[in-house]
Amino acid sequence: MNIFKLSIKNIFNKPLSSSISLALLVLGVGIISLLLQLNTLIKDQMDNNLRGIDMVVGAKGSPLQLILSSVYHIDSPTGNISLAEAETISNNRMVGSSIKILYGDNYKGFRIVGAEKKFIELYKGVIKEGKDWDNPYEVLVGSKVYEKLKINLGDELISSHGLRETGQSHDEGTFKVVGLLKPSNSVIDQLIITSPQSVWDIHETHDHDEHENEHEHDNREITAMLIKFKSPMNIIQFPRQINENTNLQAAVPSYEISRLFKLFGFGIETLSYLAYLIIIVSGFSLFINLFNSMRERKYEMALIRTLGASRFQLSTMIIFESLVLTISGFILGLLFSRFGVMFVSSLMEESINYNLNSLKILNEEYWLLGLSVLIGVVSSLIPAIQVYKMNISKILADA
Amino acid sequence: MLKTKEVEFNYDNQMFFKFQNIDLNSNENLLIIGESGVGKTTLMHLLAGLLKSNSGSIKLFDKELNQMSSYQLDSFRKNNIGIVFQRPHFVNSLTVKENLQLAQYIANKNDNTRIESILKNLNIFEKSNKKTNQLSQGEKQRVSIALAIVNSPKLILADEPTSSLDDNNCSKVIKLLKKQATDFGAQLIVITHDSRLKKHFKKSIEL
Repeated sequence: MNIFKLSIKNIFNKPLSSSISLALLVLGVGIISLLLQLNTLIKDQMDNNLRGIDMVVGAKGSPLQLILSSVYHIDSPTGNISLAEAETISNNRMVGSSIKILYGDNYKGFRIVGAEKKFIELYKGVIKEGKDWDNPYEVLVGSKVYEKLKINLGDELISSHGLRETGQSHDEGTFKVVGLLKPSNSVIDQLIITSPQSVWDIHETHDHDEHENEHEHDNREITAMLIKFKSPMNIIQFPRQINENTNLQAAVPSYEISRLFKLFGFGIETLSYLAYLIIIVSGFSLFINLFNSMRERKYEMALIRTLGASRFQLSTMIIFESLVLTISGFILGLLFSRFGVMFVSSLMEESINYNLNSLKILNEEYWLLGLSVLIGVVSSLIPAIQVYKMNISKILADA
Repeated sequence: MLKTKEVEFNYDNQMFFKFQNIDLNSNENLLIIGESGVGKTTLMHLLAGLLKSNSGSIKLFDKELNQMSSYQLDSFRKNNIGIVFQRPHFVNSLTVKENLQLAQYIANKNDNTRIESILKNLNIFEKSNKKTNQLSQGEKQRVSIALAIVNSPKLILADEPTSSLDDNNCSKVIKLLKKQATDFGAQLIVITHDSRLKKHFKKSIEL
């Protein structure tokens, strides 16, 4: 038996009031930690897919939409642009390298992207099985796609038009799987990639009503072009030139993404204020619990003193009781947030094929630990001082 | 062993007590008897070092209690004095055995065989793992005696141990207290208004 064990026994002796304070703290810490984790994970994931892309050129429309569709592959494209115009831009002396990408079809909800081979290099894609495409209608399949749809080398995929599963299917559009990519933790994991020629071919042979343009060779179109500049300085001037002088749109991913984070950063901030409020309320509830239990337990505290325990030991017992609750609240809160991350991650994987999985402890979470300890000490301070100043003789005489 | 001289105490200048001198030798038990309101509990708290007198001297085992700090008194108490209260108090979150272990921990001791032998001697060994609020009144009283003697005190102070008991139980309890004191080599001072106890003590003083 010792003072620490006694504190724990005391906590378990009052399971109801202890668990209310604990639950509030778990909720507060859990929400904050969940927000921190999600924010960091989404930011990491976004930055990870941004590598080497300084600017995206596509059809006029929302710049954010252009970025989301052609960098993150989660929104519809803004439209198509003509290949000839794209070529003019890629030949500009400020452009270091450019990658043309084309959309058109999907296979069971996964996008089929026509792209130059540089596209796979950009994301450091490595072929796990099979080989690169040589001919039209040959595809490489990203790791999440083949895992989820159980696609094997040599399978034939019949694509549907558009980006959703419900699109009309091309009877002639049968793709052959020639290679499987290793997981790269980037967007290519959730794509089916083929040569630009395949996408052009499939739409030429099958005339759609919604396609108004003639399918002549020099009228070929692409969806967007990913550009890397020769010098980072060009990022200021070049996009503006394109937006003002052509009927194309240029968008800078890093700028659009920080704008996006500002937009939902407001919601995150509000929610975290709420969570801090919950933590403070948990501190109050802890204080009230300790204060009440001190009154109920004044005879037993007097007894412990008459047994020879010092004032200091009794005060320590009170502070221990509070700290045990707040520290376990912190630990349970972190567990809560990790389950939250896994849950949100599974939701995101269902809807937009994104996967967030990292369970490391963030620096801000060490701050949360500090905050929990602080709440534990502060809420037990007044009860501990009262116990310290307790007049045992008076309490025992009143009995 | 105990020598008091001109001990005076007042609560907030309202109640004033002046106690007669006590002189007790080693191996003697003492009965202090007095009506309500003469300061019996106050005297007991003074002897236990829970209160400090305003003037006079209390010498217990050759130590002057009035000259000790609060911390020294805590330490003196745990090494020398066991207290039996009028109404038994326990740590409610602990079992009988754990209460005794806590008392030992406070006195830097750890001796489960002693706890067992005390509980057996008091006939409550089978209640070792019961929470204290599951005990009967008589069992509680015996556990509180166990708490008082678990650290082998040289002096047991008992405050009104028999006031709420009938004649039969009164004599049982006082015999038990005296037996425990003798068995474990401690002296016993009982403070009470219960005149039935007079016949059990050779030495008594009246406040």
